[in-house]
Amino acid sequence: MNLGIFIEQVPDGDGAWWEMLASGLGWTLGTAFFAWIMAFTLGSIVGVARTTDKPSLVRAGNAYVELFRNIPLIVQFFVWYFVVPGLVPAVKAWVVSLDPTEHQFVTSIVCLGLFTSARIAEQVRAGIQSLSHGQRDAGYAIGLTRPQTYRHVLLPMAYRIIIPPLTSEVMNLIKNTAVAYSIGLVELFFRTREMAEMTFRYFEAFAAATLIYMVIAMSANRVMALIERRVAVPGYIAGGK
Amino acid sequence: MIEIKNVSKWYGSFQVLNHCSTHVRKGEVVVVCGPSGSGKSTLIKTVNALEPFQKGEITVDGISVGDSKTDLPKLRAKIGMVFQNFELFPHMKITENLTIGQIKVLGRSPDEARERGLKMLDRVGLIDQMDKYPGQLSGGQQQRVAIARALSMDPIAMLFDEPTSALDPEMINEVLDVMVELAQEGMTMMCVTHEMGFARKVAHRVIFMDQGSIVEDATKDDFFGKPRSERAQQFLSKILHH
Amino acid sequence: MGELDFDVIGRSLPYLLKGLQYTVQLTLVAALGGTVFGTLLALARLSSFKPVALVAAGYVNLMRSLPLLLVIFWFYFLVPVLIQQVTGSERPPQIGAERSAYITFIMFEAAYFCEIMRAGIQSISRGQIGAAYAVGLTYWQSMKLIILPQAFRNMLPVLLTQSIILFQDVSLVSLLNVTDFVGAAVKIAQRDSRIVEMYLFVAIVYFVLCYTLSLMVKRLQHRIAIVR
Repeated sequence: MNLGIFIEQVPDGDGAWWEMLASGLGWTLGTAFFAWIMAFTLGSIVGVARTTDKPSLVRAGNAYVELFRNIPLIVQFFVWYFVVPGLVPAVKAWVVSLDPTEHQFVTSIVCLGLFTSARIAEQVRAGIQSLSHGQRDAGYAIGLTRPQTYRHVLLPMAYRIIIPPLTSEVMNLIKNTAVAYSIGLVELFFRTREMAEMTFRYFEAFAAATLIYMVIAMSANRVMALIERRVAVPGYIAGGK
Repeated sequence: MIEIKNVSKWYGSFQVLNHCSTHVRKGEVVVVCGPSGSGKSTLIKTVNALEPFQKGEITVDGISVGDSKTDLPKLRAKIGMVFQNFELFPHMKITENLTIGQIKVLGRSPDEARERGLKMLDRVGLIDQMDKYPGQLSGGQQQRVAIARALSMDPIAMLFDEPTSALDPEMINEVLDVMVELAQEGMTMMCVTHEMGFARKVAHRVIFMDQGSIVEDATKDDFFGKPRSERAQQFLSKILHH
Repeated sequence: MGELDFDVIGRSLPYLLKGLQYTVQLTLVAALGGTVFGTLLALARLSSFKPVALVAAGYVNLMRSLPLLLVIFWFYFLVPVLIQQVTGSERPPQIGAERSAYITFIMFEAAYFCEIMRAGIQSISRGQIGAAYAVGLTYWQSMKLIILPQAFRNMLPVLLTQSIILFQDVSLVSLLNVTDFVGAAVKIAQRDSRIVEMYLFVAIVYFVLCYTLSLMVKRLQHRIAIVR
């Protein structure tokens, strides 16, 4: 064990190895942040679509979820990074105009955002369907429109109910960001691997990454627990109606 | 006020409503009863289009419910509804439950909505609960808030769908008292309920349903005096025994 | 991009199938091994002997907070070192990523299967274990004969769903240059410069396989629900 390695300079770079890892962590969290916004938005829309009484919307929503759930994430990365630009000239033209890091970053956000959105859609659907049908009726009965009923009655409760599974999804997303290594995004795992290969300090590098991922997981857990407590409904026990 | 003409409804091939016709006049209180599965809850929910129907016609205040051009939210806002399981919105305080419809549907200002809502809350005797959440109230209290929520929309008629059947016995009367008071003030009401005491006290007419059909539609005195159908007699004897 | 050439798939099919065979093999071994170790871990987590429960919980939480990719590389690097320690040989043995992946996935999946089995065991009413003790069974007997069979049966659809996820996750070993299904496709894609065709093909094959399997799990779930 040699902790000095972390303050050693990177041979051809500027800064020490710990700074490299920190920059990797920055990319990991940045990618996860934007992907989460995308996933939450799309996932909510698709999840809602699957609870409407329009069979075509339900079927389209189901197809969306199945599509992203049944292809390995790394293959989805390859599809967005290689196949889509290869098949669509407009995308190709745009991608060529980006520098490689931008291309990797955008691809990672899109890929992880869509992948995670399918999982969130599943949770949102389950959350809405766990509410009694009478809640929807009650919204309609006081004259709320369908969008208003979702906005004010169904979704606020559904989101509260699914906070625990959403917590897992946040953590899954951060962990899944490591797969962006496959297209060369310089996130935390990429930097860890680089450090291990270049210094032959495998143990130190992997141990550092392990520690960082554990801290992230614990912090994510804390933050979500905090949110859960903040939005808890007095007198309402989750699951019981 | 409410006209139901020849309404039929199917779930797939199963007929839940079979040529139902009746009416509720302004200021009239009509009680709908019948065994479970007779279609009474479905019938009352067709009145504000919570349940669609395939045949027949329903008009409320001259507006056709089944017409696809009808602005349903606007129509529903005119009819108050009280549900078996209260269906207050658990994540909103009592005051918010009372004002959301007024603000979002009727376009009232928050202050105006609050004033109106609190007046109705006072009326059902729960003004001191205004800052609580539904989950912190008893079932009977929740149902009274639900009635106040419906009333604060200034409805022209009220629908009650088994309002006391999810309540513990000791809480039934506090809800019935509010309903009786409402009836005596001349509110137009259509109530699905098994509370025959309530029917005797304030109903003008009683409708008896069985297997999706309206079997009996009679004045209160006729119904309790001498029900014409055997099924209604059986039902009454069962229900009045306890 | 008009010159797509899907013949490359036909030409390289035997190689791709060999990759797929490795993927399936690894999935099956890891699912079985993961279930066995996961069940033991679950029993440990539920043990009334605190140190055992704590160690098991620590292991499960550690595994579940790490990216699979990091775990794969950890084991790839650690397993030879550990074997060297155990056997006392002079140099770490060259066991290769293909073989270390078996250990990786069994150990990693054990953490996930553990949580499933724990939920399964906890879903069995406490009266069942009381009844087992009452007829004179020991702890291990009541687990083996009464509790675990029920827990396993109740959780079978979830275990199978997790195995489908595992089947997809195996693809990450391709980043260690292992020739699983994805690894095979990557190699051919690069050799023949047929990246678009190969990756599209791989995506479609995975989709068809996983979708079919998940439909089968859903049907099984229905059947179990009816029998219960």
